[in-house]
Amino acid sequence: MQYLLLIYRSEAEMAKIPPADLNAMYAEYGKFTQEITDSGNYVGGNPLKPTATATTVRVRDGKRVVTDGPFAETKEQLGGYYLIEANDLDQAISIAARIPGARAGSIEVRPIMSRTQAVQA
Amino acid sequence: MALALMDFDKFHREESGRILSTLIRLLGDFDLAEETLQEAYAVALQKWPMEGTPANPRSWLISTARHKAIDRLRREQRFERKAEQLAKTSEATVQPESEIEEDMVGDDRLRLIFTCCHPSLPLEARVALTLRTVCGITTEEISRAFLTPLATMAQRLVRAKGKIREAGIPYRVPSQEELRDRLDGVLLVVYLIFNEGYLASSGDALVRQELCAEAIRLGRVLCALMPAQAEARALLGLMLLHDSRRDARVSAEGELVLLEEQDRSLWHAEQIREGTEIVESALRNGAAGIYALQASIAALHANAKTAAETDWAQIAALYDVLLRTHASPVIEVNRAVAVAMARSVEEGLGLLDEIEKREELEEFHLLPAAQADLLRRLGRNEEAAEAYRRALSLATNDIERRFLRRRLGEIEKL
Repeated sequence: MQYLLLIYRSEAEMAKIPPADLNAMYAEYGKFTQEITDSGNYVGGNPLKPTATATTVRVRDGKRVVTDGPFAETKEQLGGYYLIEANDLDQAISIAARIPGARAGSIEVRPIMSRTQAVQA
Repeated sequence: MALALMDFDKFHREESGRILSTLIRLLGDFDLAEETLQEAYAVALQKWPMEGTPANPRSWLISTARHKAIDRLRREQRFERKAEQLAKTSEATVQPESEIEEDMVGDDRLRLIFTCCHPSLPLEARVALTLRTVCGITTEEISRAFLTPLATMAQRLVRAKGKIREAGIPYRVPSQEELRDRLDGVLLVVYLIFNEGYLASSGDALVRQELCAEAIRLGRVLCALMPAQAEARALLGLMLLHDSRRDARVSAEGELVLLEEQDRSLWHAEQIREGTEIVESALRNGAAGIYALQASIAALHANAKTAAETDWAQIAALYDVLLRTHASPVIEVNRAVAVAMARSVEEGLGLLDEIEKREELEEFHLLPAAQADLLRRLGRNEEAAEAYRRALSLATNDIERRFLRRRLGEIEKL
């Protein structure tokens, strides 16, 4: 089964992290990504630029409405994701718990709907 | 020899959880397992009285349900491959009419308990699902016990089973490194089931008694399947000790009877002996968590011949530890009462007054109720009456309200 691990962190808190600690964090992410690649769980993943760079698009009655910022204001913001292959939810949870961001933020674990499931639904 | 209808009900009650857990493992699907087991029971009800009960009713039911499942999957074409796979794999696992290994069934139950108590399910769904699938209690009975409309309870179960399937919640005992956290979650569910039966005041008394019995049964299963887990044993001991007082806690008129005033001859002595032994063995094996501490307190109460002989000093000391490790308003109030009984009523009252000054517990009726009781003991009747009135304005539980009103009436007469 595939799972999307969504990494939520407070951008305000992130902004306070000194550059040296930030570098250590990136290194830790690199190591983690390598580990789950070696174990065959990694499918994809990326960090995201801050929500200040986000744009929201809606189409209503055929009319395009483009606004700045993320869809909803929240305490923690989506800052990156991994797409993983795991045997079951428990394995997905233990991989999510190893993401460096899990210690300060939170990781949402979402099962991916397979294409056949999507057709049935 | 045919099972009489009464025996069949009893068999259904005792076995359905075990049979269902094996079927869920074989079929990998809660709903399919539940539905085909119902069909298998229907066949059994027709056949057994005529042809006699099979030598091993349990494996007969499993095998019949499995065949029903294969038939059904074959009818639904898109699951063709799954049906063939199932036909192959489970043929090897279950030989009809043969004795299924007891420990295999035990492992199935344990796996099912961990699945039903998975932390990614909402807590109320974990409780309902455990009662439904592990204990084999009907959705109707669960909804009655929790005073929840049947449709809501059914929906809750459907959603939980849906999440197990869709999110890939495994049917497995957690690995050693996860076991501790996950076991805590299982124990919490068992304790919630027990408390629902033990503490709640309204609803069907028989159903409530049944909930306590189910929780104790679950506790026994956990202890039997994981004998190394001392905390599980501490919880079982705690439940046995509390439940041993069931006949003395409520009077014939449905009034709450305080521990101090209970007729101790109504306590179940054999259950107290067993509970105490289990708690002691849990403590010897290193249990020191919240259940072990509460169980130790319960054991001190249960083994006091009279209320006056209660070892309040030790109970107060245990509450000190509980307060350090698991601080909560209820524990703080209970500790103050223990101090009042162990040392002096004034000292206990002083502790309660300090809690009151923090103004964190303004909605909490147990605080004024405890104050009222200590004031009454000191003969400060007017203040006691005032505190009872405060407690009454906050209490929502019918039995507790009746008790507080009775006490207030007694005080006002003085």
